Amino acid sequence: MTLTTTTMARLLGASALALSLAAGAAHAGKADDTLNVAFAAEPEPLDSYKIAGRQGLILARHIYDGLLYKDLNTGEFLPALAESYEYVEPLVMEFKLREGVKFHNGADFTADDVVTTFDMVTDPEYGTRYAIYVDWIDSVEKIDDHTVRINMSKPFAGALEMLADALPIYPHEFFAENGSEGITRTPIGTGPYKLVSQEPGVRYELEKFEDYYPEGPKAGASIGKIVVRTIPELNTQYAELMSGNLDWIWRIPPDQASRLESRVQVISAPIMRIAYVGFAPLALDAASPIAKQEVRQALIHAVNREAITKAFGGAGSEVLNTPCNPAQFGCAQDVTAYEYDPEKAKQMLADAGYADGFEMEMVFAAMPRPVAEAVAADLAKVGVTLILNEQQYAAGVGQWRAKELPAFFSNWGSYGIGDAAFILSNFFGGGADDLIQDPQLAEWLTTADTASDREVRAENYAMAVKEIVDQAYWMPMYNFNVNYGLSPDLSFTPYPDEFARWWEASWK
Amino acid sequence: MLSFLLRRLVVALGVAVAVSALSFALIFLTGDPAIAIAGSGGSADDAEAIRLAYGFNRPIVVQYADWIGSALTGDFGQSIYFNIPVSEIIGNRIPVTLTLGMLAFATALAIALPLGVAAAMRPNGFIDRFALVLAVSGQAVPSFWLGLMAIVVFGVWYGLVPISGTDTWQGYILPVLVLAYSAIPELMRITRSGMIEVLNTDYIRSAQAKGLPTGRVILVHALRNAVLPLISLSAVQLGILLSGSIVIESVFAVNGLGRLAWESLLRSDLPVVQAIILILSLFYVVLTTAADLLNAWLDPRLRGGAA
Repeated sequence: MTLTTTTMARLLGASALALSLAAGAAHAGKADDTLNVAFAAEPEPLDSYKIAGRQGLILARHIYDGLLYKDLNTGEFLPALAESYEYVEPLVMEFKLREGVKFHNGADFTADDVVTTFDMVTDPEYGTRYAIYVDWIDSVEKIDDHTVRINMSKPFAGALEMLADALPIYPHEFFAENGSEGITRTPIGTGPYKLVSQEPGVRYELEKFEDYYPEGPKAGASIGKIVVRTIPELNTQYAELMSGNLDWIWRIPPDQASRLESRVQVISAPIMRIAYVGFAPLALDAASPIAKQEVRQALIHAVNREAITKAFGGAGSEVLNTPCNPAQFGCAQDVTAYEYDPEKAKQMLADAGYADGFEMEMVFAAMPRPVAEAVAADLAKVGVTLILNEQQYAAGVGQWRAKELPAFFSNWGSYGIGDAAFILSNFFGGGADDLIQDPQLAEWLTTADTASDREVRAENYAMAVKEIVDQAYWMPMYNFNVNYGLSPDLSFTPYPDEFARWWEASWK
Repeated sequence: MLSFLLRRLVVALGVAVAVSALSFALIFLTGDPAIAIAGSGGSADDAEAIRLAYGFNRPIVVQYADWIGSALTGDFGQSIYFNIPVSEIIGNRIPVTLTLGMLAFATALAIALPLGVAAAMRPNGFIDRFALVLAVSGQAVPSFWLGLMAIVVFGVWYGLVPISGTDTWQGYILPVLVLAYSAIPELMRITRSGMIEVLNTDYIRSAQAKGLPTGRVILVHALRNAVLPLISLSAVQLGILLSGSIVIESVFAVNGLGRLAWESLLRSDLPVVQAIILILSLFYVVLTTAADLLNAWLDPRLRGGAA
């Protein structure tokens, strides 16, 4: 839907909602042991290597398993399809695979499945979506039926993160024969739910897999069936939820969440995604005011981020001081905090030679206009005129990479991964998205990204974070929340990585 | 008539090709499709890989020639988003859109035509006033609001019809009615004004004077002439209804072409967008050509040239 339609629908939908409060609820889901889910966006094909949207990935994680699984409560990597792993050499990982695991089609899980899956998805022809997922895998060797070795092409600290459920294992015979298109048409995995039917992008039906290995990290699923539909209009989702035809919806805007609270269960959870304003000292031939450190610091002092976060963030959002989420490993928090102080900001601008302020373009993408306008309003008070320009992310980041933008307001989800590598290294590690190109930063980040010692990693990330904050390369804003609307009968625990774990859900 | 037919067909084909070429060019103006496909989590390297994989680095003219060449043989390529043939996705969606569009059009016409005729019989009479209210509200009320209200009243309060989805035929009731409501005003007003104009002509007065029954005068003599502009308008309206209402499809979670086109555009699924544009422009071309032919058949004066 267009932004304007959505906004208008929201305004008018409010009256629809108010009217519907008189309705009764049927709670069909619990009665027939079916979890009825709606997503606003269409899930992508169920091949985790090729997709980015959470909708498809959530379904995929119910159907497939990875070698490992990360317990987000403890940060520990638990065994899944692999019973154990060790580094036999710095760049060689050896996995002992679990015996007695069955695929949904009855095939036994063995080393061949791991070897074939990784061989195929690392082949450039396969078209794995994000290079970062698999480019660290050089080759995979079968030692015996239940032992494999991964030979890494380079040191990569995120390897375990990736192996923890992001890289599913497909049944080798079926996958070798039918490839990605085959696995998306007939998804076969070892996960706690199997796909019974699908109309791609429209409707999916999953059923509990009774032969799921009991020692698995996703064992103990309680709900028998899951039906997932695409309902693009949120107001329609609310109506279905209140009528008892749906049991689970998410990504409800904060203002509407509070309105739904009296009718259904609404829960809120902080997530990895953070909002930020990136400054590009190198943009416009490094001749814009933003090239000066004092100017960047002044701009941060000038913006009342506390108030903006309170107004637009949501229940679990907090103002950030770092260019990463405090929940991420390596995101050191003992850094300079730029308090809201417009007077100080004015003084700093004057000292930098901009007593009369200046004018600057800021593109915002994937951020609501009112938030961008709030930033602009605060900056106007210290004499800085922001020319706001809303763009699709693709267009905005294209201009950013082309060094045409002094400031870019957007957000970054770090692939939902709780490790600072997935945000810092992209924006400050020397790549195309890095408009700082500070070799010292790049060096710290490379060391942190590739070291296997966690202390070394933490130390180097901390140095990078401190430098980025001192230089005020970013104005970090706040972390995002996700609001869930649930049937009163449903017991569900959300996680900060935005992966719904319905195998942990149950009826009250 | 034959040369008229041929001329119309050549123009129609030209329009369809021009639309597809123009839309192809416009899509590339809206941003780099490779970055869009890589998404907000994609790095510059990911975008570059996608650019090469899908051949976005080739000149746009070459890409278009490549696409239209396959499209003419019925091969619309693979959807970038769904990774299955475009024809398969569209094949799933077209029946839904056709059902919704046709039913909505039939409903709208079934209400607008009699109401327009009745209103014209007595301008400013009770029926005419009622029709005016209907027309004004039909144009003024946004369809997503009407849709949501219909959901609340008939779906949530009374539970008479499904709220969303088209798994059952009952699922079509609300979207068809809401969609039809938006098409009624124009159809009705053009029927009414056409009828009023015709009813004031000499030949109608002659027909009435020589004592023909009123029903016959209206239905045979007047309506046949008043209906000409209605046919042209119907072609356009049906085209609009068939191209799918993004809003109605979103509100009622109907999986038709309109929303598929919109979503595909947002996620830069160019093969799907291109195929839909071509199909929709063909819809329009066929409909307007059919309307022209129908009008020419009803009124020989419109055939023009050497008939």
